[in-house]
Amino acid sequence: MTMAVLEVGEERSSYLTDGVTLRSWLLTTDHKRIGLLYLGSITLFFFVGGAAAALVRYNLIVPEGMIASAETYNRLFTLHGVVMVWFFLIPAVPVTIGNFMVPLMLGARDLAFPKLNLFSWYLFIVGGAVTLYALFVGGVDTGWTFYTPLSSDYAKGHVVATVVGIFIAGFSSIATGLNFIVTIHRLRAPGMTWYRMPVFLWSLYATSVILVLATPVLAMTLLLLAFERIFHIGVFDPAVGGDPLLFQHLFWFYSHPAVYVMILPGFGVISEIIPAFSRKRLFGYAFVVWCSISIAVVSFLVWGHHMFVAGTSLYSALVFSILSYMVSVPSAIKVFNWIGTMHKGFIRFDAPMLYALGFIGLFTMGGLTGLFVAALGADVHLTQTYFVVAHFHYVMVGGMVSAFFAGLHYWWPKITGRMYPEMWGRGGALIIFIGFNLTFFPQFILGYLGMPRRYHAYPPEFQVLNVLSSAGATILAVGYLLPLAYLTWSLFRGDRAPANPWGATGLEWRTASPPPTENFVVTPEVTEPPYSYSPPEAIERHV
Amino acid sequence: MRFWLPEASSSAPEVDHLIIALVLISCAVLALVFGLILLYLFKYRAGSGIDRGALAEKTWRLETAWTVATLIAFFGLFIWGADLYVRLFQPPADAMKIYVIAKQWMWKVEHPGGQREIDAVHVPAGRPIQLIMTSEDVIHDFSVPAFRIKYDVLPGRYETLWFSADRPGTYHLFCTQLCGVGHAAMVGEIVVMAAPSYQKWLEQNDAGETLAAAGKTLFMRYGCSGCHGGNGVGGNESASTVRAPALAGLYGSPVSVADGRVVTADDRYIRDCILLPDTQRVASYSPVMPSFAGQIGEADLIAIIAYIKSLTPENPS
Repeated sequence: MTMAVLEVGEERSSYLTDGVTLRSWLLTTDHKRIGLLYLGSITLFFFVGGAAAALVRYNLIVPEGMIASAETYNRLFTLHGVVMVWFFLIPAVPVTIGNFMVPLMLGARDLAFPKLNLFSWYLFIVGGAVTLYALFVGGVDTGWTFYTPLSSDYAKGHVVATVVGIFIAGFSSIATGLNFIVTIHRLRAPGMTWYRMPVFLWSLYATSVILVLATPVLAMTLLLLAFERIFHIGVFDPAVGGDPLLFQHLFWFYSHPAVYVMILPGFGVISEIIPAFSRKRLFGYAFVVWCSISIAVVSFLVWGHHMFVAGTSLYSALVFSILSYMVSVPSAIKVFNWIGTMHKGFIRFDAPMLYALGFIGLFTMGGLTGLFVAALGADVHLTQTYFVVAHFHYVMVGGMVSAFFAGLHYWWPKITGRMYPEMWGRGGALIIFIGFNLTFFPQFILGYLGMPRRYHAYPPEFQVLNVLSSAGATILAVGYLLPLAYLTWSLFRGDRAPANPWGATGLEWRTASPPPTENFVVTPEVTEPPYSYSPPEAIERHV
Repeated sequence: MRFWLPEASSSAPEVDHLIIALVLISCAVLALVFGLILLYLFKYRAGSGIDRGALAEKTWRLETAWTVATLIAFFGLFIWGADLYVRLFQPPADAMKIYVIAKQWMWKVEHPGGQREIDAVHVPAGRPIQLIMTSEDVIHDFSVPAFRIKYDVLPGRYETLWFSADRPGTYHLFCTQLCGVGHAAMVGEIVVMAAPSYQKWLEQNDAGETLAAAGKTLFMRYGCSGCHGGNGVGGNESASTVRAPALAGLYGSPVSVADGRVVTADDRYIRDCILLPDTQRVASYSPVMPSFAGQIGEADLIAIIAYIKSLTPENPS
């Protein structure tokens, strides 16, 4: 039998060395290179959005606002929201780690449609460029939610250009989702049955279904918004015969499932890392898998919980409240299963595991505070305040970004062929966890005390908590800059990575680091269930 | 600065009880999750020589147990929150009505006695108040944290919100729905006053005529009386040119509309009848009333509705 794994060698060719020209990168159809193109792009967007967040926190240090104009402030938080939601959180894990890992984990040569994959990246870049242009030449002050009739009739600024950018990027999401669905259906290696797939692939499958079904609704909504703004046809603005709540229904019909587009891939990453560093099979594999699928389905039925005080009927509020509790049950089950996985394991504390543990902590906080805003009577007081801001940042930033970093560190040796510096990685995980809590925990209290969102200036009694939050944000910023620095350093100076530094199961670890362009020299065959971890004596550590 | 929020309305303690319960449940879950994680991290760290024993292969019992426990807890929270929500938005029948018109970026308030104010609402303590709110431009939100209530204020329709403030004092009023550049400046105050000082305030701010009296003038000026009669007694073909329903006693009564439904003639209904008369026309009347959409401003509408409300069959003027 032929060896499926190549020995690590200095002169061995890999996808990184096959072609070094700019053209060989910009016209590549290799999913691994496209994954890196995406990684570079979303890193840029992350730091643009992060800079806007830093200015928002800077402004809120004093009650009257450090930035002179309310208009500038409104444009900053709109830029932050638009860039972070559509150009970082939604694409982050699927198009970077997902793009790189889906074929490798399936034992495939590439995605089903490699050219479509490259086209998706170009759509994403064009969409991002249009949006960034609009946000920088004048900006928009409607918030990322574009509520009508403010956005369609009253707001100044480049609303149309901004939504056109998002519209274009949306097609990138649809194409990526389609590509993943077809790939997972058609390109599984021999022996890779559905129930032998790693949970990460199941998560991306659920994510892709949402992307394909929900994104067209956003596209329609944004198109109608642009039509109303340009031609004054009455769709959303009551002054010309429209209904402002229609916009909210359509917008949240996309944007609530989109929240699960952001978090489901994170669940997938964590479900890989916890077993790998606990040396144990994932607890309740089938439950975790079907939790992902049921989240994807129920996520389409909860949009109305954004509108409990918006003027919808009493009965619809009751229905959406109970459905919101239903959608949170599978997430709770997953947390229990991760803890169950650690039970009786052989737990190691490498950086990916620390980021994953940070994820569980912050996501649990975010999930529990979701129960507050799903409870109708409490939501009336807490919604539209900093409580909601803190809640979704705990889930989206505390949870999702931690999961992204966990996955990035876990697969970094595979992607780059280099080890990241371990102590720096652990330090980064710790600083992000501490900085995050210092930034966002005070906002729960601010919200309970009544401080509204999106206020450029605020009553003086809220100052102490705002200063605390802004101070925490500086620590968080250091936490996010650290990985940028040490991961970049490791590209050039990091130790060479072996094929399987973690002793992990999964097909991606059965090829070289970094993988050859064709991924596998010999098509691998799957003969056992996922996460078949052996006791630690059998593991060879990399250092 | 302070780390607590006054409970200044009758429903505030109830909302706080729910929030406190949620905090306690969250602390218990966090203690469980963090406790187990820390315990396992220590006990089952790779270096520990503890005997792991045989691994359990069957997981469905545990899965079922924690799924059912979660479902039951969540269902309880749903019931608690839903019950409170329904009561938060059911105003008592005897609530005093105050009209609120929001616009970029101010709150205009009109009292039944004709008193008007901007960015402030003076109310008597201990009496249920119902706000009838609309917007002249974008969506705003009337939020009073000390009362634990808020609701969006939409253009083109009336939304209502009620409270009973039981503690005299001055409380923040915030707009909590992003409404443009001046959003953060769209703040005001709710002044809760004991009965005697409220009475004094009403007298000091007497506008000379009540809202209904102002509405009567408008009722004539916009030509409503031409069909509905001088005192809203209704028109018939002998008395005027067209047959139009009587308005006296209309407010609060059930109306059979042309499509077969029966609706209650509240503020929202009367407003819709003036602006979109064909949508909820009274059964047995022909669709001859013109729409006044775009012709009568929000403030005038409120006055006309107040006038129609003041008409009773016994006392038509």
